[in-house]
Amino acid sequence: MTAAQTPTTYPGARAPDRTRRVDAFGVEIAVVEWGDAEAPPVLFAHGGFDFARTFDVFAPLVADAGWRVVAWDQRGHGDSEHAALYSWESDLRDAAMVLDSTTTDAVPVVGHSKGGAMMLRLANTWPHRISRVVNLDGVPSGNRMPDLAETERTRMLDEELTGWLDHRRRVAGRQRRPGTISELGERRGLMNPRLDAAWLEYLVTVGARRDPDGWRWKIDPQLRFGGFGPWRPEWSLRSIATMACPLLAVLAGQEELLGWGTLPEDVEPYAQPGTRFEMLDDAGHFVHIEQPARVAALVLEFLA
Amino acid sequence: MITWLTHAKVRLALHTLRPAADGGDGGGADGAGKPLLLLHPLAMSSPATLPPEVAAWPHAVHALDFTGHGSSTVPAGGGYTAETLMADVDTALVHLGPATLCGAGLGAYVALLIAGARPQLVRGAILRDGPGLAGGSPSPTSTVIRPPDPGATSTPDPFALAELSQDVRPPDYATAYVRQALHLSGLEHPVSVCAVARPDWLAAVVAEPGVVCSDLDAALRRYA
Repeated sequence: MTAAQTPTTYPGARAPDRTRRVDAFGVEIAVVEWGDAEAPPVLFAHGGFDFARTFDVFAPLVADAGWRVVAWDQRGHGDSEHAALYSWESDLRDAAMVLDSTTTDAVPVVGHSKGGAMMLRLANTWPHRISRVVNLDGVPSGNRMPDLAETERTRMLDEELTGWLDHRRRVAGRQRRPGTISELGERRGLMNPRLDAAWLEYLVTVGARRDPDGWRWKIDPQLRFGGFGPWRPEWSLRSIATMACPLLAVLAGQEELLGWGTLPEDVEPYAQPGTRFEMLDDAGHFVHIEQPARVAALVLEFLA
Repeated sequence: MITWLTHAKVRLALHTLRPAADGGDGGGADGAGKPLLLLHPLAMSSPATLPPEVAAWPHAVHALDFTGHGSSTVPAGGGYTAETLMADVDTALVHLGPATLCGAGLGAYVALLIAGARPQLVRGAILRDGPGLAGGSPSPTSTVIRPPDPGATSTPDPFALAELSQDVRPPDYATAYVRQALHLSGLEHPVSVCAVARPDWLAAVVAEPGVVCSDLDAALRRYA
């Protein structure tokens, strides 16, 4: 592919103004920033299988309103180091290291999907360091727990466990499948069916690397979607009840593969007085990518 | 003798404490005899020699050092889960073939997980007392962002201690693995509990069909 065929632009997308690295106990975390370095900071946490540059349209809208937007690639994602081990706790610790490297004051945080759930935990873990939380379609509810017969549950869990262990048996030394920009964009489109092809191809140019035999997503091949583990969605709801700072929860009305299908009434019993809910009926899980101006306006109003 | 195994980015040490009579690993479907695989407690490692309490096992005996323990790799930056250690054991089972597991403490919990996840390869899981048997509470407590011990220079990895002593263990998560083992292993008693301590997850396991409580000698005879 020639340079002329490489779409390096997308309407409204802007590369970060600064990049830096944070050492999270031996794992290098890539940090990017938009906006004036002296402006008050706000942390942006991406979702699972995403990376910081998925904020290339959304973050500049917030930065241009007078904020220093600090985002990072979670371990194994984007430009951060591929770690040997991955866990919820280590992601939370890495996030704390990024926060520490940014400021010792309390900061507002914005998190999408898994990143939003992580920020709810961080607000409980370091209550004195988090001043506000914006959660973008990252409040899991129990809605998706299917009511299955025991034999069916056994079969499904067996498939999950076998699939995950089989993946780990063959992952050593593996690389992601190479392809053209449009092929990688199409592959990502399977997970992001509501996002337009031009955006997905733009993401390839910032989230994949160009090898001699084609483009490869930078994400660690060791990472895999998995549906098992001791974690329960209601634990995130409990985090909402116990956190000490104000919360804005933006929920997507359009259900899709990666979304939680969480409704305001699922969360309201756990919400503290003053919690703000914004249900975007016409948006899917990636609310800030589908409607960046609208979500940025909500965030800026909440942070003001 | 140590056999080095690769699990993703980690090198695992599998110790042979008693070789098979034919000199091989003692596994596989050739009827050479089922190997016994020992899984150590939290912060411990494989024994250097055959422990007398399992000497009655009539076949080969091996012991695995979990990630961050013993002679296995200490990865940077932590990120331990019991599920990752379960996959450590799966790596050993690829090498050994079907085996009986004898786990103590954390190793007992991991033995239960892999017994449910690879029911065709685990020919009985024996759960014993030891450090890390309890794990964390049944649901998350206040998380502590733990810095590692700056004085640590070798195994056990301080991150392993911090993370694997606090991993969440809901009782119904543990019993899901018992049910997988019971339904899919073909064994009448896929899990034998020899532990006296009964944290919530283990108390729930003991109450499940297919789980039998006995002393270690009886458990070894059951699967030999």
